[in-house]
Amino acid sequence: MAAVRRLSLSSSAAPLRRLLILRPFSSSSADDQRVLTVETSLPFIGHKIDPPSRSVDTTPNELLSFFRDMSMMRRMEIAADSLYKAKLIRGFCHLYDGQEAVAVGMEAAITKRDAIITAYRDHCIYLGRGGSLVESFTELMGRRSGCSRGKGGSMHFYKKDSGFYGGHGIVGAQVPLGCGVAFAQKYSKDENVTFAMYGDGAANQGQLFEALNISALWDLPVILVCENNHYGMGTAEWRAAKSPAYYKRGDYVPGLKVDGMDAFAVKQACKFAKDYALKNGPLVLVQSYDFFEHYKMVLILEMDTYRYHGHSMSDPGSTYRTRDEISGVRQERDPIERIRKLILSHELATAAELKDIEKVVRKEVDEAIAQAKETPMPDPSELFTNVYVKGFGVEAFGADRKEVKAFLP
Amino acid sequence: MAAALQMAGTLTASSNIVINSDRFRFGSLPRSSAGRKGTILVVKSDGRHTVGFNAGLRGANLITNAVAAKTEASAKTMDSKPGHEVLLFEALREGLEEEMDRDPRVCVMGEDVGHYGGSYKVTKGLADKYGDLRVLDTPIAENSFTGMGIGAAMTGLRPVVEGMNMGFLLLAFNQISNNCGMLHYTSGGQFTIPIVIRGPGGVGRQLGAEHSQRLESYFQSIPGLQMVACSTPYNAKGLMKAAIRSENPVVLFEHVLLYNLKERIPDEDYICCLEEAEMVRPGEHVTILMYSRMRYHVMQAAKTLVNKGYDPEVIDIRSLKPFDLYTIGNSIQKTHRVLIVEECMRTGGIGASLRAAIIDNFWDFLDAPIMCLSSQDVPTPYAGSLEDWTVVQPAQIVAAVEQLCQ
Repeated sequence: MAAVRRLSLSSSAAPLRRLLILRPFSSSSADDQRVLTVETSLPFIGHKIDPPSRSVDTTPNELLSFFRDMSMMRRMEIAADSLYKAKLIRGFCHLYDGQEAVAVGMEAAITKRDAIITAYRDHCIYLGRGGSLVESFTELMGRRSGCSRGKGGSMHFYKKDSGFYGGHGIVGAQVPLGCGVAFAQKYSKDENVTFAMYGDGAANQGQLFEALNISALWDLPVILVCENNHYGMGTAEWRAAKSPAYYKRGDYVPGLKVDGMDAFAVKQACKFAKDYALKNGPLVLVQSYDFFEHYKMVLILEMDTYRYHGHSMSDPGSTYRTRDEISGVRQERDPIERIRKLILSHELATAAELKDIEKVVRKEVDEAIAQAKETPMPDPSELFTNVYVKGFGVEAFGADRKEVKAFLP
Repeated sequence: MAAALQMAGTLTASSNIVINSDRFRFGSLPRSSAGRKGTILVVKSDGRHTVGFNAGLRGANLITNAVAAKTEASAKTMDSKPGHEVLLFEALREGLEEEMDRDPRVCVMGEDVGHYGGSYKVTKGLADKYGDLRVLDTPIAENSFTGMGIGAAMTGLRPVVEGMNMGFLLLAFNQISNNCGMLHYTSGGQFTIPIVIRGPGGVGRQLGAEHSQRLESYFQSIPGLQMVACSTPYNAKGLMKAAIRSENPVVLFEHVLLYNLKERIPDEDYICCLEEAEMVRPGEHVTILMYSRMRYHVMQAAKTLVNKGYDPEVIDIRSLKPFDLYTIGNSIQKTHRVLIVEECMRTGGIGASLRAAIIDNFWDFLDAPIMCLSSQDVPTPYAGSLEDWTVVQPAQIVAAVEQLCQ
């Protein structure tokens, strides 16, 4: 109850901005740290592994921060939609709304020293990893202070200091990269893991299985996460894969199927996966038929999720699925609504307070967009920076060894 | 001397390199290696001072056929000459081993590089010395292990990825082009990819079309990549070390037929500048630009040309991306005639780009059109005679020079 009281105090006594300081609460009490136990909506299904329990421990702080973060992500994606239609964002724009639970649940289970790598639907993962709204919008609009200096765009968000390795346009190519990051983590013996994310479309890529083989062979601390939103652009999963049970596709690698619309299921699964990947268990001797079995380390997580938008902004998203299906999922499985119901049922905040949080988030997003619109475009000389790392006095971009001076209009 | 020191000035930006100015008198290079284990010697391509290191190629050890014959004993000879004799693959291994000793982040990955010792013995013995985590045997999955090497490089490791044959790296082209070359740019400078991708390529002895590929032409337009081609044990070791130390992704092209070349190389720690061309033979009449195996064809032709009274200036361009237009330009200013000899295909090859670069920059200095001798635009045939005709032969080089110098 104390938590509820504090929220109402802050909303009535101070301007709405005070609500931003939700994490951590200014004066912590035992109530805020009390542990709530939440049941995931669906049980986990394991392939060659015992699934974790459905009961997830959480705190009021965490519930509210889930709500806030997911609302922020949802708002950002909707705003990106409008910006794209206003032609401020060009090229490709792949939106993540509907899938926010995966980003938020994963962040809750890991640290910033663990690495995440994903494909082109990366705006929300970037936010989850600590990126700011302003950096996201400036990068989307191609301005100079974007996270990749305006030179990457929607599909190339990176944040090295918090272990976010992007942001990749070619389907499936990020999975070997992620296994390489995991290899480096094993090499440096730093007890961190890598989550290599990909979609159901990429699950049929050969390089994924190649990388999985090498990772399992070398016991790399990598977790392959398939964000199965059931459509590879316009092709439904049953039309693309003979076996759409992606958590089983690893064959010799254990897998877990997770309800990706439930942030707590995602959190539980990722925590379980991180522990599993790091366990250097003693050699488990299974002496049957004279062979030994190592304790394996790689794991595949299949997140059963859904995207409300089409594949990208140029895809209406309704030619290959019905509007009823989309609205059905929105009504029954929406991740933000689930958290809202949980908060209300545990009486951590009133409906009006949650609405206020959403208003604050909306304002933040609008301010970030306004700030991003003011930011100038990159300097023309930026065309030639970061092609090479300048060392030993090298000044070169192409066939020429000298610096090419181009005065662009 | 002043020119050499000026060029040396660009290198002193890095604190790793110590340049001692009196080393530039190559003829009288001090040779006692005992007290100088840690210093680094940088060899410049200042044409007027090549007597010391490249004497092997101009004097008595001129290789008369393009493939070195099997050497009788690869043991280091115990005469009074300084340095030690190595075969090219041993030089590569020495370079790799020294860098792995120096920096624990260097690791090697490739097919059969570990327990087998490498298909061309470049990594022989390294797995026993460094263990399975630093010398990694991969399954036959070029796309993914190249991708893994790039991912590891993003975190700061310095992998050396070996393609058993450069042609197999076509399977990893997406990773090399999109990730390796572009990640530094698309991340706004956040990630550097200090990876080295190396392997043998080129036309061998009747290996067939798929195993005789020259990938320099395919990789050359990838932005963000540096390409070098080694041709002697000396520059093989130097380029390998420089490539590993470079913060940029470097593709090091070796040649299947050059692995058994023997040369005496210094005992000291040295690197070769990645962006520099090497002056093999200074001359007056024509500039011949080549790289890798063509060096030996050109030097053989040069013998004939000298007998006929021509004085070719032979430059091994070594750096295929970016080109060393500084050295090349100086040479063209002197000779006004250019012949490019390469093993790449005629269409879209290194020679084609080099020709364009020279025309753009040095048009006013040319007295004759640039000639480019390259391999024919055909898959390499199996039959020996046909294979010889695919590649440029010394006789063609002689004829081309005669035509140029009319």
